[in-house]
Order: sequence, then structure tokens, then C-alpha cells
Amino acid sequence: MSDILARPVRFGSNSGQPVTRRDGIAKVTGAAVFAADNAPEKLLYAVYVPATIARGRVVHLDTDAAKAHPGVTLVMTPQNRPALQGDPSEKPTMFSFRVEVLQDDTVRYAGQPIALVVGKTLEAATEGARLLKPRYTADPARTALDDNESFGFEPEGFGLPAGAEHGDVEAGHAAADKSVDVIYETASQYHNPMETHAVVAAWEGDRLTLDMPSQALAMSCAGYAFFFGIPAENVTLRSPYLGGGFGSKAIPTGPQVLAILAARETARPVKLMLTRQQMFGPVGHRGATRQRLRLGIGAKGALTVIDHEGVAETSTFDDFVEPAANASQGLYAAQALRSTHRAVRLDVGTPGPMRAPGEASGSAALECAMDELAEAAGIDPLEFRLLNYAETEPGTGKPYSSKALRDCYLQGAKRFGWAGRPLQSGQMRDENGLLTGWGMGTALFPCPMFAAEATATLRADGTALVETSAADMGQGAWTALAQIAADSLGVPLDRLEFRAGDSRLPDGGVAGGSGHTATAGNALHAAGSDVIAQLGQIAAEDKDSPLHGAGNARFVARDGRIHVEGDETRSEALADIFARAGKAEVTGNGSAARPPEAAEKHAMHSHGAVFAEVKVDPELCQMRVTRLVGAFAAGRIINPRLAESQLMGGMIWGISFALHEEAKFDRRSGRVMNADFAGYHVPVNADVAGLEVITVHEDDPYVNALGIKGVGEIGITGTVGAIANAIWHATGRRIRRFPIRIEDLLNA
Amino acid sequence: MKSFDLIQPATIDEALAAWQPGASWLGGGTNLVDLMKAGALQPDTVIDVNRLPGLREIETLSDGATRIGALVSNAELASDMEFARSFPAIAEAVLSGASGQLRNAATVAGNLMQRTRCAYFQDPNAACNRREPGSGCDARAGENANLAVLGWSDACIATSPSDLCVSLAALDAVVEIRGREGQREIAIADFHLLPGDTPERETALQPGELIVAVRLPAEARQFAANARYLKVRERTSFAFAVASCAAALQMEGGRISKARLALGAVAARPWRVAEAETLLAGHLPDTDLFARAADAALAGASPSGANAWKIELARRTVIRALTLAAAGTPARMPALPASPFGELAGELAHV
Repeated sequence: MSDILARPVRFGSNSGQPVTRRDGIAKVTGAAVFAADNAPEKLLYAVYVPATIARGRVVHLDTDAAKAHPGVTLVMTPQNRPALQGDPSEKPTMFSFRVEVLQDDTVRYAGQPIALVVGKTLEAATEGARLLKPRYTADPARTALDDNESFGFEPEGFGLPAGAEHGDVEAGHAAADKSVDVIYETASQYHNPMETHAVVAAWEGDRLTLDMPSQALAMSCAGYAFFFGIPAENVTLRSPYLGGGFGSKAIPTGPQVLAILAARETARPVKLMLTRQQMFGPVGHRGATRQRLRLGIGAKGALTVIDHEGVAETSTFDDFVEPAANASQGLYAAQALRSTHRAVRLDVGTPGPMRAPGEASGSAALECAMDELAEAAGIDPLEFRLLNYAETEPGTGKPYSSKALRDCYLQGAKRFGWAGRPLQSGQMRDENGLLTGWGMGTALFPCPMFAAEATATLRADGTALVETSAADMGQGAWTALAQIAADSLGVPLDRLEFRAGDSRLPDGGVAGGSGHTATAGNALHAAGSDVIAQLGQIAAEDKDSPLHGAGNARFVARDGRIHVEGDETRSEALADIFARAGKAEVTGNGSAARPPEAAEKHAMHSHGAVFAEVKVDPELCQMRVTRLVGAFAAGRIINPRLAESQLMGGMIWGISFALHEEAKFDRRSGRVMNADFAGYHVPVNADVAGLEVITVHEDDPYVNALGIKGVGEIGITGTVGAIANAIWHATGRRIRRFPIRIEDLLNA
Repeated sequence: MKSFDLIQPATIDEALAAWQPGASWLGGGTNLVDLMKAGALQPDTVIDVNRLPGLREIETLSDGATRIGALVSNAELASDMEFARSFPAIAEAVLSGASGQLRNAATVAGNLMQRTRCAYFQDPNAACNRREPGSGCDARAGENANLAVLGWSDACIATSPSDLCVSLAALDAVVEIRGREGQREIAIADFHLLPGDTPERETALQPGELIVAVRLPAEARQFAANARYLKVRERTSFAFAVASCAAALQMEGGRISKARLALGAVAARPWRVAEAETLLAGHLPDTDLFARAADAALAGASPSGANAWKIELARRTVIRALTLAAAGTPARMPALPASPFGELAGELAHV
């Protein structure tokens, strides 16, 4: 037995700590430079003209008036738009869409760029754009799901989702003792990060520098390089800070291509920043859905079938169909499962991935349908979900890499005080006479990983530098990833310099799919481990080292020392190894991607349970979510403060989805009529009365070396259904259209 | 945006002299500047009145009236303790509007002059008789769920977005005006115009006239013990009303001796109906009575689009506002002013 007490082995002293954002002070004081804050010398300003019809042709633009306006330097229309080297209809990267860059005079949606004006000032360019006064020939706009025929499709790329079918669905229907057959509708929603899309583009020969918020730096470089016929490495993309992205900043957009083109044409740096109104068009959105759910249970309440059909909008010129029905896969232990998708072509910009694409809309409908079935069966909604708890992935039978969902249910329910909830609706009033209801929903989100690379350098003085082109969207990646890197190198966080947000650094992958911490984090961990392995090897070969002869043993770093893994008695200070080796620094490289066999053998998801209390005024029908409790199991939590903040943000989006967000189209013009924050409502502080997040412990040995899943999106799932179910519980009314409005309850 | 001249006069006379057709007064700018950015309004000249002297006072006059200077900000008005004690429904209305930042900038006169939030008025590409006479009204067959159910016309179905004006209307405020011809006054009830065939005429101001103050008569204080503003919204705060009501009562021995009632978000101006107020007087407060008053207040209401629901909601809002007013003005401003959720215990203030 060792005479040195082994300390509990853990990843390190930084991970798991609620470190505050390392960029917090820079952001609060305004020192953080966002893309559009850049103003290089000789800068010009670009403003594009958005189409004000949704379908037709531009027949006239008053280019003379625009050109004559003082300060206007360039008016770009389909007539004089310089050639692009890459076809804008092609998709240069895994995540891209056809971009609208003045290739013709056709209008395909309201908000589509139909001309670009460049000026010496923003005001000159803005007025030049206004002076173009487009005239159109317009065809009737189609902006609602009923405005066109739906169609089926073969799955392709990430825009045309595959469904899934397991077991005998018809037999499942036939075996049902009780069933529900309901249609739920979700509204179209538009990404609205605080920072709208922006770019400052500057050319130097065939080299391009872009100051541009990006969730996917390397992929964006490849995408923009394609359009301009230059190698991806000729593009430098700097994105140190993002004011949010929600999926919309991972994909090259038409307005940004046009600004880059204008910079090339004028041989001057050009800045373009979308107005709030312009966010409702060319930069993606969550398409509206109509979902039919047919669920059946046997006599004892076990699901015989989940049959989920989704219809979603896409544009007339490209494909992104919200994969809503897939939310029914992987969750409940039904004998038979079917998810199918159809699409409707509308005169709207192409939808795209928006925070929890598919899962948000699909979970909203599924969790409500589950609640309706629990009601029909006379079973408590939580008990009903536990009754249908899947121990292995339904359909595939695969084991889950980890699944602490039962703990989420129990801890969440306990914290919320779910016990004693009346089964029937309309039973609870508060002391002020407000109708009170409790509802719940299950949260589910996959945990994908992308590929990433990183480098790490440890110096003899105990400081370190780590580099990867990771994107901090505001969620705190710059902090959590640094915690991982510091642990891998065994140094304190304040000795570590972390460079990220620049495409010249090793590819940090995509900040999307809730997979950024897992992806970039594991790459950083691998780079740090490489450094430690090198130093361990140096020590092992040095007979003056306590590590001498450790041979093939693995090494880990902690608190400035290298240890032989599994033998706490053998360690040496990093500084001593450096000193004897006479080295100033050691650099290592790392990469991360999920091994295909691990993904093949296991079902991998983050899970959670959300409980909601909603109060409804019995006469005025105004609604308010007074309490939300979410318990989530998402593997290793690197930074509880930031993870909880992410989960809270997701849950608040759930409030938004359930009660607020909806783009309202004028059916004649096809324009979004509430394209600003006065009309397009998201929750304000007063709408978030009580919000509590529990992170449930979960060890996952399979998802990746660090056991990290993801927390970025799962908070929306479960929450929407929980709120709608609470509204039913308060009022007895099932509103099957989101967002739920005062008039829905008034008229119901 | 379109270029314009900015004039910053130092006196009211200079300001009045600077005005010419096509000019706009600039107060807090919280509405005008947005509309200019959107291209809905394009004044040639903007006259910034913020440097004019003597327009930032809240004062009690010798006859007991209260005079609010045109440039008093919404925030200053609502946080003036003496004012809030005397006119609690006005303070509550103001605090239920916009956000703290906007209330810091927005002025009382600007609040009276703010434009409808009808999406078609704000969209320069839409037909709107109010913005461009004779162009038509795209709202009639468009997104109109929150537009007028009272006093609308075929030419225009816009609503007034103001909360302050609803409470001022209930308390018979008077608008003091200066023009090149001198000073005059307009009762608040006559200040905002219904659209009729000329929706572009939004107020009784003549071109070039300037609001210098809003006055509350001495009698308005007598409602202080039973005065409330209630505002139904699509979210808990920072949203325009879908229906609102200012209710103010004078009570004698448990009976209502005098009643004032004004509705918001249902018409192009605050909606007051004398019959509704008269039938309350002399009675004990009671839900049936309030329902009759509400019916009277909503008499003649009709949907201008997909908004029939607002008629029933407005009716219920009146009943509730009267119920709250009869129960008495709360000792403290509710944490959520004018909200149906205003009374929740333990709530932090969201004003």
C-alpha cells in the first residue's frame, strides 16, 4: 500500500468550476470589438435593397437617381453585377444554401436582395438604395402552408431529412386500446441574434480578409472562397466575438457575398450590416410546420405506436425541411415508430437550422400529444412517461451511451413539487384567483461531434498557449474551452492564453449542433495530452527523473506536475523536466472527431425533463409562465455557470416558442409585417418569472474522451410542450397552434 | 436616409418661426426617428424642441390644477411621488408603457403625438391613407388582429398606441398649445381625431402648432383613492396593449358618486362614453353594474377585420378595471404596473 494518500483522480482543477466569462469585462465595457465595429481606412458602406414583393420580377430600378445621389460610389444590379467565379446555385460546403446574389431579376421572396448600393457613408448608401424605387410585376405570394401542394422527397443532404420507421406501425395502431390523432401547428420564426449579420471585407490582390461573425470559420472561408475562385487559405476570417447566431451564422449568405464582391469591384474595404428588418429574409429561419401525431397505448398504458408526420415549408429554390417528426425517434419505448416528412414550396427565403432545428418544433407537438394521451388514459403525465421509459433506443435496440433521464424526471419533479398535482384540468387557482396549471415535457437532443484540430504549447515558465479557431457565440466557449485546455496541460486557467475566433488558427470546427464544447474541447484536450506525452517521454528517458523507466505508461498533468496515470506515487514537476531537458517550450497537436464505431454501437443523446407552472387570468386570458424547472443530463459539465446559462436560454426560447414568436405575413405582398422587435415578440425579463436549472450527474464513456455531450439547444425541447400542457391543466383547453395567444383562449 | 435640416431653436418663438410645411418637431425621438429610418416619414426639417426653456416642470397652479410641461419625460412624470399620489392611474399607465430606457427619452407631448403602430402605416411600401391620403388601406384585408373595433372607417382602422393618453382622457386633461397666433387649449377628448374620410388628420393641432403643456384640472385629484389603469398585453411587459382601460371612481359611503372610464387600443383615440360613466354613478360597486357599464362603453363596436375577439376582451377589461378601481388604489405601485399579474406576491418590480 502506498504511503502517499491518493487524491481522487479527476480531470483537473479547472473543469467543473463555475468560472465567469473570461471575456465578460471586455464585453460589458465595450472593449470587445465585434465585426461591424471595424472601420479600416478608405472604408465604403454597402446597403442592399430588399424586395418588397415575394414573387415576380423586378422590371425597373431608378439607377440614375441612385448614382446621382452625393456619396454613392457603386450601384450594383443584375445588369452590371460583376461575375462570380463560383456558381451561386452550387453548395460549396456541407452546410450551405443557394445564395441570392443578383443573378437575375426574379424575386423569390420578400427581403431578397435585388440591388446593392455602395457609398462613402452609411447614410449616402441608404438613401441611394431608397432612391432605386423598384417596380415589379408581381405574382400572388404563397406564404402559408395551405398556399401550395405538399410533396414527398428522397432524403438528401442536411436539407431533406430522412424519416425513420421501426416495427409494424399498422399493427401498433390496431393494437391500441386508446389513441390520439391530433394536428399541431408551429409558426415560422426568424433568428434574431442581438448582432445582425455583418461583414467588413477587404481585398489585397487575391487575398481576402473578412471581419465577420461566424459559427464555422473554416467552412465559411471555404464557402466564400468558392464564390470568388480563390483557395480557402487565401481567406482570413476574424470572428473573435459574436452577438449570437442560433444557427444562422454558420452558412454563407447572399448579402455578405455581395458586400465582398463590392469590395473587390471598388478595390476598397466594404462594410455591410443587416438592419433588423433585413433579418427577416435572406439569412434563414425556422419554417412553419403542421404535424399530425397518432399515438396509441395498450390497456396498461404502454405505447403501441408513435406515428409522426411533419409538413414544413421550404423555399421555391432550395431545400431545408424542418425535420420535426424525427423528434419522435430515440425517446419513448413504443412498439412501432414512424417519422415522415413532406414539404411545401413557398415564396419565402430558404429556411435553415435554427436552434434545435426539428427537435424544437417536433418536441413541442410530441410532448403535447403525449399529454393528451396521458389525459385520455387517466395517468399522471410523468408516470406515463416513466411507464414508457426506453432502456434501449426504441426501434434500433442500441444501448444509450448514457441516459440519466430517470434521474432528470425525479429530481426535476421533486424540485418543482409535482407530487399531488390534480389529474384533471381546471382544479387549481392561486390566492389571486388566477387559473394555475402544471405541465411537463421530456427534453431530448442528439449529441453530434464535428471534426476539429488544435495546438498547445507549454512553456518552461509554466505558461501555456492553446489555439483553435473556435467560435464564442456568446455562450462562453472562450471560457469553457480554456478550462479544458488548462486541465490537459495541468496549468491554472490564469496561466493560459487561448487564441480562438480566427481562421488562421487550427480548424475549431462548427459551433452548432450543441457540439462545440465536445468537438473543440476534445481537440484541445488531445493537443494538451500530446504535449504532456512528449514531456512524459522526455522524463521517462531521463534517469534523473522520478518518472524514469515509466516506459509505455500514459502520463497526465495536474497542478504543474506530470503523473504516471494510475500510479500517484510517481510524478515530477513540469518545471524540472523543462529545466533538465534545456527546453523553453514543447508544442503538441491534437484533433477530435467521433470514432464511427462508437457512434455505430450506441445511441447518443442529451436528456432532460422540464416542469412548468403557468397562470392564466380567467377572464382576460393573459398567460404567464410563473415557474420553470428543468433537469438535464448532458454528460460532463465543464462549467456549470455557463451550462446552466445555456440551458436557461434554451428554456426561455421555449417560452418564446410557446407564447410569443411568430412571423406574421401579409398574405398578399408576402412581406413579414412584424419584422422588428416591437412586433416580433420574444420574452422580456418579466416573462421569465421563475427559472431553475438542475444539471444531473452523468458519466458517458462513449461520446468522446472527455464525456461531453452538449447543452446549447436541448433547453427548448420539452419546455414548449410543458408550457402548453400547463395551459391545458389550468384552463382545460388544448390549443394546438403555436404561439398560443389570448384570442385562442378567449374563443376556445 | 433622406437628408434633412436639423434646427435647434433656443426659444418657443424661434421654434414656431422655424416651422414650415414638411417639418417635424423632435422630442424624445422614440417614434419619429424609427419612422424616419423605415422611410415611413421623411421630414425636410426636424426642429429639436429639447432646448426650449420652461417645458420641463410639473407644477401645481393656483386653481389647484396640475400642469405638466411638454418636455417632461415619461420617466420623470411617473417617478414624481407627489404626482403619482395625486394621479395614480396616470403613473400606472405611464409605467406600463415601453421600457425604462424609452421612458427616459420619451416626452409627454411626444406621447400625445405618437403615431399608430399599425404595421401598414409603418411600412412605406404598403397602402395607407393615414400616411399617404388616397392610397388605400392595406390593413383592411391584412394583418389586423390588433386594430380598431370602435370609431374606425373604411379609410382607416388604426389604433392609438398610447397608454398615457387613455389615463389623461379619463381625467379630462387639457392640452396647452402655442402657435404663431398665440396660445390656445384643446380638451384631450377633442385632441385626437377619428379617421373618418381624412385619417391623415390625426390631431386637432393646426400646422405649426406646438404642445407646451398638459393640464389636469383640480377635480382630477379627487379620484386618487380609486384609480387604476389595466393593460392586457401579449407579453408581461414591453408590449403595446391589445385592450386597456383607465378607471377612476369617487366613492361616498361605499357608493360610486362619480365615475370615469376610458378605453385604449380599441380606436384611433382614447375611447370615452358618457353613458357608461353616468350609469355607474349612485350605485354600489358590483360586477353586474360594471358589466352594464362595459356594454355601454363598447356600444357600437364592430370588428374591422379578424379582431372581433377584441370586443369581448375590451368588455372584460373594463369590468376588471372598474373592479380594481372600486377595490381602491394600492398603497404601492404594483411590481407589474397595469398588469393582470400585478398583484403577485414577492414579485420584483419590472418597471
